[in-house]
Amino acid sequence: MADNLLFFTELMGMPVLDLKGRRIGRVKDAALVPLQHPSRIDRFLVGGGDAWLVIRHDQVRAISVDRGIELNDEQLIPYHDDEYMLRIARDLLDQQIIDTDGRKVVRVTDLTMEIRNDEGRDIALVVEVDIGLRSIFRRLLQGALPPRWIRRLQNPIPPNSIRWELCNVVEPDPHRRLRLNISYQRLENLHPADLADIVEDLGPAEREAIFETIDSEVAAEALSEVDPKMQAAILEALEPEKAADIVEEMSPDEAADALSELEDATSEEILHEMASEPKTDVRELLEFEEDTAGGMMNTEYVALHENATAVDALGALKGNEDLLETLNTLFLVDAEERLTAAVPLARLFVAPGSARLKDLATEMLIEVPVYEHQNRVTELFDKYNLLTLPVVDEEGKLAGVITADDIISVLRQK
Amino acid sequence: MRKFLSRFRYQIALFFAVIGPGFITANVDNDSGGIFTYSAAGARYGYLPLWTLLPITLVLIVTQEMSSRMGAVTGKGLSDLIREEFGLRVTFAMMTLLVLANLTNVMAEFAGVASSLELFHISRYISVPLAAVAVWFLVVKGNYKDVEKIFLFGCAIYVTYIISGFLVKPDWKEAAIYSVKPSLALDPGYIYMLIGMVGTTIAPWMQFYLQSAVVEKGITVKEYAASRLEVIVGCIMTDVVAFFIIVACAGAIYSVRPREIQNAAEAALGLKPFGQYAFLLFSAGLLNASIFSASVLPLSTAYSVCEGLGFEAGVNKRLSEAPIFYLLYTLLIAVGAGVVLIPGFPLVRMILLSQVLNGMLLPFVLIFMVLLINRRDLMGDWINPQWFNLVTWVSVAVMIGLTLALLGITIKG
Repeated sequence: MADNLLFFTELMGMPVLDLKGRRIGRVKDAALVPLQHPSRIDRFLVGGGDAWLVIRHDQVRAISVDRGIELNDEQLIPYHDDEYMLRIARDLLDQQIIDTDGRKVVRVTDLTMEIRNDEGRDIALVVEVDIGLRSIFRRLLQGALPPRWIRRLQNPIPPNSIRWELCNVVEPDPHRRLRLNISYQRLENLHPADLADIVEDLGPAEREAIFETIDSEVAAEALSEVDPKMQAAILEALEPEKAADIVEEMSPDEAADALSELEDATSEEILHEMASEPKTDVRELLEFEEDTAGGMMNTEYVALHENATAVDALGALKGNEDLLETLNTLFLVDAEERLTAAVPLARLFVAPGSARLKDLATEMLIEVPVYEHQNRVTELFDKYNLLTLPVVDEEGKLAGVITADDIISVLRQK
Repeated sequence: MRKFLSRFRYQIALFFAVIGPGFITANVDNDSGGIFTYSAAGARYGYLPLWTLLPITLVLIVTQEMSSRMGAVTGKGLSDLIREEFGLRVTFAMMTLLVLANLTNVMAEFAGVASSLELFHISRYISVPLAAVAVWFLVVKGNYKDVEKIFLFGCAIYVTYIISGFLVKPDWKEAAIYSVKPSLALDPGYIYMLIGMVGTTIAPWMQFYLQSAVVEKGITVKEYAASRLEVIVGCIMTDVVAFFIIVACAGAIYSVRPREIQNAAEAALGLKPFGQYAFLLFSAGLLNASIFSASVLPLSTAYSVCEGLGFEAGVNKRLSEAPIFYLLYTLLIAVGAGVVLIPGFPLVRMILLSQVLNGMLLPFVLIFMVLLINRRDLMGDWINPQWFNLVTWVSVAVMIGLTLALLGITIKG
């Protein structure tokens, strides 16, 4: 164990010595002030006599496991709660934080700090959050054995730590979040499915805090991946405006599924706050029973007139860039918007620009009415190896499409 | 009217959506140890002990309700909360006791499997390993929803006790009278039995399991009313089963000749003169209860420990992701089942030890629970109302008192 490393368990209870080497008390806690520095221990809280005293980081001369904290300035002020402080023993130890690299929620057992000499003074920087057996071992023996012994005894146990920069503290209270300079920006870069797993592991208050602050688009993608019951709980807890922002960003079928889990009054409230275009789509989908084709479908498709050419198709795609990631079929409709054919997207690449889409269509058109039961729909996907299945209303008009990922969700839920 | 009907349908759907945790926890309470306690009470004292079931049900409801409320409101397990609010050392000490207590409980369950199947002349060297492997696979290879369905089916099998209670044709009038008429006697054996009945009602693991199961099921504050109903119905059902066990043994054994019985299998044999079915159903119930509890206990223990100490947990995780969880789970089953096969292993002493450990742990669990549930920063508006706090503290005090009394008697032998 390198000598410039210090565990928080060792810092706790460490003696604090004044200029003449007399002990004035022991360390009770330490705090970061994230607005000033993300990882430097800014204050040491010392108990001695009646009240706790605060040591600023620049009042410390040296820190060592064997001798304790030696001061170079004895003008200490009494401690009173400072809301800009992230207190380690109180706010961090034993609490859950997010490991953004391992993409999971972990519980803090100990911290590893690095003692660095900065212009003749020692400062302590938090470098790692310790989880796992080794840190548990340290916590259990803390204060019972001398630190040097504990360091030697823990050696056979493999360490398990997360770099401090990769940790995200979760704070439900928005005011405190601001003062402690906590943001969830790093979470926005995670894959939505990973973010969904993480929020499922957190308590309701922390969950809401995350959905309240992160970008609505990311929130929408993550929310789509969360278990339906939890979706409802999250949407209900958010302010209706924020919930509406998120629901607007979801695909209409997923939005409708989420809203259908809510009580009518709440889902009305959220719909009321939504912009008019997504609202109409979602409202239409909400009319259908959940386990029918109508309830499964979404309205994100591209339909063209049956006489259109490949060039027209490319033009239509240019106007729908946001769909391109998942789109695999184009649909042809007649003048009354009745579905007449389906064109696999890939055929466009090998067709001349003047080719009529009708000639590129699949030999057989498979479609289902909106009221078809979901079991029948999954059967069709299996039988005909479909990726996309068009859904038509009573008059044969194209109402929406069901895609293979909808089927996978249905099957997974069984 | 239509609105009312749709509202009603919504409530029913809600109830079925939350069903599971409360039923399962309450039913596992009637494990092989519980069945033995009730059978012994009925065989030795007839209908006299029946009156205790009402207060027992009440205490059970009070404690279980707190667990499910904390789970629904905080979204965290009990060991999570204890870790966050009381620190690592306290959590570690509690988890160590919990593992030891539950390990001895698991031994008792596998002993129940062995003795119930030995009634049908199946050797324990066949039945116990088979049961252990089946239990391990059920939970590791199944997903939570399926496992819960199987557990709920296990709850339904408890109905065998109700039927065997009827087959014995006990004296219903007496049973009805003594159900509401408290009768005390200054017979040390009787008092010991009463303490034993109440003492086995609430085990520490139940509080951990129920709260985690509520969280795992994703029950939220909104559905809490339905969840509470589920807990209450589950507790009542458990004690209805207990009632029928006592009544069956009172009718079959006590009314012939009051005597001490040594284990639950002996109670089943006592039912034999009243027909093959009464005997069959009683032993089938014992087998079911033992296997059921042997599946729930190791799982619940592994979950609680990993939650509290911050290890990855969950049957949907891979072995490499949650090694400690799987190790603990497997060890509990392997050791619990293994010792039953060792000839001359002091099993009875182990079961007494598990009572002692439970008794040591329970006061802390209950007191921590009441402290936690009154914390406004955790529970918001869902803290205990004043009157409920009074009920809770009284129940907790009575439980602790009786458990300590049982502890004292057990240690003194």
